[in-house]
Amino acid sequence: MLKYLFAKNEDIPPGTAAVYFGMSSIIWFVIGTGLGSFNAAKLAFPDFVTGSLLFSFGHMRQVHVMAVIFGWISMAFAMAMMYITPALGNTRLWSEKLGVWNCFLWNFGLSLALTLLWAGMSSGREYSDFPWFIDLYILAFIGIPLGINVWMTIIKRRTQGIYTTNWFFGASVFMVWIVLFVGNLPEYFQLTGLTEAYLTWWFAHNVLGLWITPVAAAIAYYTIPKITGNPLYSHRIGHLHFWSVVVFYSTPAAHHLMSAPLPEWLKSFASVEGVLILVPAIAFVSNLLLTMTGKWHFFVDNVETKFTITGVLLAIPLNMQGGFQQTRAINWYIHGTGWIVAHAHLALLGFSTFLEGAAVYYGLQTILRRKLYSLALANFHFWFLLIGFATYWISMTIAGLIQGAGKIYEVPYIDVVIAEHPYMIARWVGGTMVFTGNCVWLYNMWMTAREGTKIPEGRLPHELAYER
Amino acid sequence: MAFREYKIGARLFGLALGGSMMITLYMPSLNIVSVASTEIGLRKGLAFGRQSGFSYEDPFLQGWGKPLVVMLKKDPRTGQKIEPVYAYVYKAGVPFTSAIRHPRIMGKGVEDLSLDRGRIGEANEDNGAVFIVSEGRFEGKTVSYIENATATKSWSPEAVLKTGGDANTRHVGAGKTMFTREGCWWCHTLLPEETQDWQVFGEPPRLGDFNSESPTAFGSDRKAPDLLHVGSRNSSREWLMMHFFNPRLVQPHSIMPRYDYLWGEVDADGNKIDYDKWREEYNDYNDGKSIYPPAVPIPASDSEARYLLDFILNLK
Repeated sequence: MLKYLFAKNEDIPPGTAAVYFGMSSIIWFVIGTGLGSFNAAKLAFPDFVTGSLLFSFGHMRQVHVMAVIFGWISMAFAMAMMYITPALGNTRLWSEKLGVWNCFLWNFGLSLALTLLWAGMSSGREYSDFPWFIDLYILAFIGIPLGINVWMTIIKRRTQGIYTTNWFFGASVFMVWIVLFVGNLPEYFQLTGLTEAYLTWWFAHNVLGLWITPVAAAIAYYTIPKITGNPLYSHRIGHLHFWSVVVFYSTPAAHHLMSAPLPEWLKSFASVEGVLILVPAIAFVSNLLLTMTGKWHFFVDNVETKFTITGVLLAIPLNMQGGFQQTRAINWYIHGTGWIVAHAHLALLGFSTFLEGAAVYYGLQTILRRKLYSLALANFHFWFLLIGFATYWISMTIAGLIQGAGKIYEVPYIDVVIAEHPYMIARWVGGTMVFTGNCVWLYNMWMTAREGTKIPEGRLPHELAYER
Repeated sequence: MAFREYKIGARLFGLALGGSMMITLYMPSLNIVSVASTEIGLRKGLAFGRQSGFSYEDPFLQGWGKPLVVMLKKDPRTGQKIEPVYAYVYKAGVPFTSAIRHPRIMGKGVEDLSLDRGRIGEANEDNGAVFIVSEGRFEGKTVSYIENATATKSWSPEAVLKTGGDANTRHVGAGKTMFTREGCWWCHTLLPEETQDWQVFGEPPRLGDFNSESPTAFGSDRKAPDLLHVGSRNSSREWLMMHFFNPRLVQPHSIMPRYDYLWGEVDADGNKIDYDKWREEYNDYNDGKSIYPPAVPIPASDSEARYLLDFILNLK
């Protein structure tokens, strides 16, 4: 990477930034899920690695969350943008050099930020745990260069229209600036009290709703038509999806604080808007599944499609939960329980990770012009992710229902802890499976870059047979 | 951007996103700004100081630059007996809580009384100040407000600390910082829920209970009991001390981590704490080889463990 930082833009091969982002994202995924597995072990066995500040649960939990959000998910998004945006505009990335710098500053900044966070330098605000100068760094050296590159590539495109994927990319890179800036206002200007509490969850909601969800969905809009050869089922349903994300997903932030003393109108409004999230969700899922018409064998044959469609299918339970668990009728029961933890992992590890996984698998093969090293290892990765995730999700959902029952029947808390113990072990097993799968993925991708079958000019990776 | 549709689309996008920002940011801010601080809100703000998360004065969350809470039974100036009162002591250079820096955030009535009768405008961070919470009448209602006792009663921070003594001094602000840094709030919420938590965890907080607090650290994932009123349920310093050192000493099924490292190098008597020996003896006890667990060292008066104990016991 270093040699390209000071090279001329023309001398950097197209796709360089995407490859760096892709490989970085996998490494961050391994780190992030490794931390997750370690944390889960501590919840199952509290005396596992004990008595040290750096390895205590309270210091590591947020590092896991931030590593997967800013390292894995967001870098995989950047990777997808670096190759999909130009491909859909029939052009090259506006500035490969900016992309390489973006990747370098991202890795550097995130390493520093996570080290400081691990040491205890925290703002004490969930999902915006980084102190304000790191937030500004993320905005200035991660968000803005990425946004400029995507926007300029879209503007300089050589196609007439803009495809669905690029609407989402273009809108999301802009919306995430606003989210990063506004969501961290309490830290920049020392806002206190309910303003701080509300903006914390405003940030947490919108970083998911206006960044992670739409960008992940946008990837599916690219990979499915590209690999199956079917055109997108409906451009208009795509419109519905896009506009309803902007309108409905940007408003329910207060539903995260349904039991906090916020203005009642705000909670009711947020709750209604929260149910309306089902509009973009149904538009997205139906559009993608109908695009598969006649090509369902790809779901079995093709790794990238398998990942994408699994992500799309997981969007169904995700949004059914998301839409209804935040209504007052249900929220009082499951608020603050493991149910929510399960739901958060369904969003990030289920729905979005499978879509990003598809983008990284497909993109790295396309740019490196190398066929995937091993199908068996890719399938191993897929099933370890899926089974590991399912184990996690089911065990945490059950644990959440136990906690909820304990909460409303006012059972002595320690009995809830005892009842949850088996599910904490299952959670650790599931998380460790995900981590193991990712280690295999890293190896597979490394070997793809080195020893994958060369893809001839004019062919696409999924058209070639596997050699191993 | 050649198409007319894209121009219309871009404007509609601005309208849609601007509209949602208007509803989710501007309109709630009108409500939240109009909330007057309760007595609880004033006390929390005064006790925690300006910021319990990352700040200039305390970048690594060591508990630096935080106020102290002193229970006074004597007037520190005259030495006469008074009704017990909590004094919030800001030594010279300790940044004031946001309510003092920006009295507007306390809301109508509280702001007026704090400025006019409490004379908080005269407080100066460079010299330090002592604050107390008093009650007064504003437009026919009883309102709690902040009084700058340095101005109204000539109480200096040094005199208050000396009169109170270490036994009556609580490092609540530094303790909240420990609570934030150690991630207690990843498992313990500070938010009893309105629907069902009254019996066990106590009264849910009200709108005005947070006006000067940052971060609020409500917590979102309750893997452990709510702590907002824990000091009322369990006020035993010894129990909590054992619980922090090794939760399994007092609750065999607890999954809480051990926070023995907050004790630091030495105990209250200045003796070096031998953690290896302690763990060995504890393991023997745990395996049934000895009848009693080893004694938990008393934390030193300037240890992080003491800060955290002070904060937790202050959650009434």
